[in-house]
Amino acid sequence: MSDFPISAKSVPTNTTPLDRRSCELRRQIVRTFAAGQRGHVASAFSLVEILRVLYDDVLRYDPAKPNWAGRDRCILSKGHGCLALYVLLAEKGFFPEEELWKFCHTDGILGGHPEYGKVPGVEASTGSLGHGLSIGVGMALSARFDRADHRIFVVGSDGESDEGSVWEAAMSAAKHRLSNLTLLIDYNKQQSYSTTYEVLDLEPFADKWRAFGFEVEEVDGHNVDDLRAVLARTPLVADRPTAVICHTIKGKGVGCIENNLKWHHKSRVADEEIQMLLLELEVD
Amino acid sequence: MRRTCLNMVYELAKTDERIFFVGSDIGFGTLDEFKADFPGRFFVEGVSEANVIGLAAGLALEGKIVYTNTIATFITRRCFEQVALDLCLHNVNVRLIGNGGGLVYAPLGPTHQAIEDIAIFRALPRMAIVAPADAEEMKRLMPLTVDYPGPIYIRLAKGGDPVVTDPGMSFRIGKAFVMRRGKDALIVTTGMMLKAALDAADKLAQDGLKAAVLHMPTVKPLDTSVLLDLAEKAPIIVTVEEHSIIGGLGSAVAEAVAEANFDSVKRFKRIGIPDVFPNKYGSQAGLLTHFGIDTETIVSVIRQLNKRPSGQLATERN
Repeated sequence: MSDFPISAKSVPTNTTPLDRRSCELRRQIVRTFAAGQRGHVASAFSLVEILRVLYDDVLRYDPAKPNWAGRDRCILSKGHGCLALYVLLAEKGFFPEEELWKFCHTDGILGGHPEYGKVPGVEASTGSLGHGLSIGVGMALSARFDRADHRIFVVGSDGESDEGSVWEAAMSAAKHRLSNLTLLIDYNKQQSYSTTYEVLDLEPFADKWRAFGFEVEEVDGHNVDDLRAVLARTPLVADRPTAVICHTIKGKGVGCIENNLKWHHKSRVADEEIQMLLLELEVD
Repeated sequence: MRRTCLNMVYELAKTDERIFFVGSDIGFGTLDEFKADFPGRFFVEGVSEANVIGLAAGLALEGKIVYTNTIATFITRRCFEQVALDLCLHNVNVRLIGNGGGLVYAPLGPTHQAIEDIAIFRALPRMAIVAPADAEEMKRLMPLTVDYPGPIYIRLAKGGDPVVTDPGMSFRIGKAFVMRRGKDALIVTTGMMLKAALDAADKLAQDGLKAAVLHMPTVKPLDTSVLLDLAEKAPIIVTVEEHSIIGGLGSAVAEAVAEANFDSVKRFKRIGIPDVFPNKYGSQAGLLTHFGIDTETIVSVIRQLNKRPSGQLATERN
């Protein structure tokens, strides 16, 4: 049974307070979004704590050597959440912050979906959903063959799990008992058209992943302490891949964006709206 | 040709630890030796082509050289987006070995006939497409696939096809081979259609018509330098392929020749599968004859083009 008796039928709620760092990362996302005049802000907001904990506390990497063989691989399979990734990669020093202000510009490296080979720190080009987990399986098999101890993290989404390829990859990961592979799913229960319940219900979601051979944990995806605690225990078991289902809110942090389908992808935003978002995310 | 190809994957893997094999639900016994000798580099992942390609990309992003194999339609149609994004966009060293290019699986029907594989892969940036004529040419190709940068599609013929290339020939991915020289017409082929083209050239010679034969095992990147050199001198150009006339070798040649803007007028014809799904079973040879992809058709097309005043050509439509 799920530890999170959140019905996918009702509007999800999450009252976890955001700390100064979470608010500031969201403000930086808003500034990047304003620079590009477009972006999946709500999808990025639901990811902030997941990626923040990965890059602050979990992943092994060296921004000065983004291709260092010993690094952990982190694939953002829900590529449309890239605003959150870009902000963190810039902050960690993978590329200069100025690149953020060229988001989606002709002369920038940061597009509406992340690209391998163009953006230091991006392990795979994503954007079309359902690709990241298979690539992660291949990377995990490679690490095992090389007897390398780095790990593979794939950050996917609920809507993405509509794709059959996700479940092909899941069977493959389980067959190979890839304990060096951890999947984190941003389960905000909204997709482009409507709720995941209405579009293509995923429940019982955690049980599906268990049935497909993953060791599963569910966590409040905005609770930094809980995320740290779960990820510190990964791999959860020695002979299976791990899936961490992160219960989140699409648009978390700004009232008018939370669970608001109009914010799935947004373009041409007025300056006043940007200022309103920054103000709401201001920390005392 | 298939056995030669897969056997060479095994032979190459013996001396190169970067070489991995990922199959879907391949035939019983396929590459048993590879599996026995290098189990850590051998994977069979089931009827899950999207995952096979993504997994192969993940391995290749880590520096492995990955050979994959299944029926050509499944490795081209089913997982097209994985091929486009995971392989071509990432520019990784994955080699797609497609069984049964063209009409090989005639008795199995249109689900198994790869009639547009070249067309759809030709549209993908960075994808190389190679269709050897026979097992000997396959032997020359395979060692070059190890370090070739980027994805490669290797289109397999039926197997047991007559050897028409000279074992002493060189091979390079991206290079075309002039098999016959002749001033009256140019026949351009790929894959196992080379034999029909050579036989046609022999028959035409009996009429005194000298046809050049250009074998293009690599359809992409197309060796336009050799092609245009021959095309410039040829009054008649005929392409022959076991593939739809849309988007394959014939289209590639037509594009190159049209944009060369030669001063001299060219009479041109694509011989291939018309814009239909084959609706008959039988054998590969039977379907090739049904669609007029054979020596007799090449001969008659070139004879007709040779007779006809150029003014009449525009009125004829395929």
